[in-house]
Amino acid sequence: MAQIELAGIDRSFTVGDSRVHALSALSLAIEAGEYVAIMGPSGSGKSTLLNLLGLLDRPDAGHYRLEGRDVTTLSADEQAAVRRSRIGFVFQSFHLVPRLSAAENIALPLTLAGIAPAERERRVARALRDFGLEERARHRPDELSGGQRQRVAIARATIMQPALLLADEPTGNLDRHTGEEVTQLLEALNAAGTTLIVVTHDPAMGRRARRQLMMEDGKLKSDSARQSSRAERPPPAPEPLG
Amino acid sequence: MSPADTLRFAGRAAFAYPLRTALMVLAMAIGVAAVVVLTALGDGARRYVIGEFASLGANLVIVLPGRNETGGVNAGSFITNTPRDLTLADASALLRAPLVSRIAPLSVGNSEIAVGGRLRETMVLGTTADYLAVRHLALAEGRFLPQESLGHASAVAVIGGTLKRELFGNEAAVGRMIRVGDTRLRVVGVMAASGQGLGFNTDELVIVPVATAQAMFNTNTLFRIMVEVRGRDALAAAQRQMEDILRSRREGELDVTLITQDAVLGTFDRILGALTLAVAGIAAISLAVAGILVMNVMLVAVTQRTGEIGLLKALGATGGDIRRAFLVEAALLSLAGALAGYGLGQLGAWGIRLAYPVLPAWPPDWAVAAGLGTALLTGLLFGVLPARRAARLDPVQALAKR
Repeated sequence: MAQIELAGIDRSFTVGDSRVHALSALSLAIEAGEYVAIMGPSGSGKSTLLNLLGLLDRPDAGHYRLEGRDVTTLSADEQAAVRRSRIGFVFQSFHLVPRLSAAENIALPLTLAGIAPAERERRVARALRDFGLEERARHRPDELSGGQRQRVAIARATIMQPALLLADEPTGNLDRHTGEEVTQLLEALNAAGTTLIVVTHDPAMGRRARRQLMMEDGKLKSDSARQSSRAERPPPAPEPLG
Repeated sequence: MSPADTLRFAGRAAFAYPLRTALMVLAMAIGVAAVVVLTALGDGARRYVIGEFASLGANLVIVLPGRNETGGVNAGSFITNTPRDLTLADASALLRAPLVSRIAPLSVGNSEIAVGGRLRETMVLGTTADYLAVRHLALAEGRFLPQESLGHASAVAVIGGTLKRELFGNEAAVGRMIRVGDTRLRVVGVMAASGQGLGFNTDELVIVPVATAQAMFNTNTLFRIMVEVRGRDALAAAQRQMEDILRSRREGELDVTLITQDAVLGTFDRILGALTLAVAGIAAISLAVAGILVMNVMLVAVTQRTGEIGLLKALGATGGDIRRAFLVEAALLSLAGALAGYGLGQLGAWGIRLAYPVLPAWPPDWAVAAGLGTALLTGLLFGVLPARRAARLDPVQALAKR
């Protein structure tokens, strides 16, 4: 059984007085621990797909089974619980809470999950160490560099040890060097067993993934997993950070 | 999210926008302070008036001529409209009632008082020696009116402190002769300063024997009769005795009105209590305005923090978590405003007491509780809509906003 199974997913939006089909009749299966890049031109539906996978959006039709459980029929609060425990998000614009320090931002999912302060502190301290952010723990986001901000965001996304990590253009707001660092960080997490799904415009970044999904007009145009001709490349070894 | 974490999160959010929070708290504070100060003023006035009347003495009955009726106009009221006057004979008859201890008939008029070349207009009060005891007044120097029969018009006068100062300056007044209207009187005493009470300012009064005053104004009627009763418990019984006496003197018709201090106090208490309530109501309007401000500020906060709300949802916050966080933030702002307003209001009331020491301007407990309660309630009530809006935000659209 695949970790993610999408069957016959439809999602359309009303823009003005016309309906736009962001996703139509999409079926897809992703195994646990995969490294998937979703690519395609603007408006091809890749962000909608990511939002659906992250339970931020509901399909108009079709079924989404996450770890064998049909999550499309869950209530909003049950979906929130699934997001809290199973899914981590990394955004292009980081989405850090500006008034909270790096450590507090990282602790946010633990707070939302109602984990006791002592345990919270222990896990945040370990995350800060793992991501090389110990020196910046008390700094607020506006005092951090772009790379540091994204590292805080990734630390936050993984603090609950989710099974699934969703990244929407994680390097879009970073320069090439910092972007490379962040990509290696995400790949290291994937190597440790977390499923990584990245939406990207960048063909270079897309090529690093073991599986590429090309989207066009709400449909899956190509899926590298179905083209046996392509040899699987091992992920590049992550460099030590900090 | 645990309650403690919700509180901390909301508190951090409130402190993240200091100017907004300060203005908001100020608005709420002004509303609460207005309630506290205005009710302190209203209740202070009530207590002041009641205190004035309480100084009359609790076992006092005032008899005035004429029936105090609220029955409207009928045919009979045109025929028997003119009441009989109160006379000195009525006053001495009242003294026969077993429960009556003292009486002080009052005859009042305006006249000129002259000493040497100085002349001024003044109020003349004709009464008896018992007036001093009935009204609990004190003399500054000399004696009060002599104990004598009601009809005896001796040529003596007691003057108020202000009159003494204006007419005699630093000279001794006792023993001097004054002219009131056409009558020459000897000053036998000077009243101690007592201030305003029951409409008479004894500081500017000339007090003469009642018969002297009646002769001066060429009348045989009385303005009032003040009756002191033996003990407060005897008030109702004494009132009945007095009514019987007066009725028998008036061919069975009771065309006088008897007022007790309790009745007067009750009336004033009601009037001024209503006034305080009205003032509190006006002040409460400012609280409602502050509540609307809370709503506006919180709606702006929701718009400002749309991205943050989207993020919290992505991180697994339920709608309830977000609703509670915003509601707690609104409540915190209201609470801070209410407490600041309470302090401000008490400060204002203290200022009033300092400026007008006679006015016991303490805010009543009910007003303080109502002010604080209303502030919190409006804050929460007007915080509900923004909190719900935040909780209902679509996470995808909220995240799209930077």
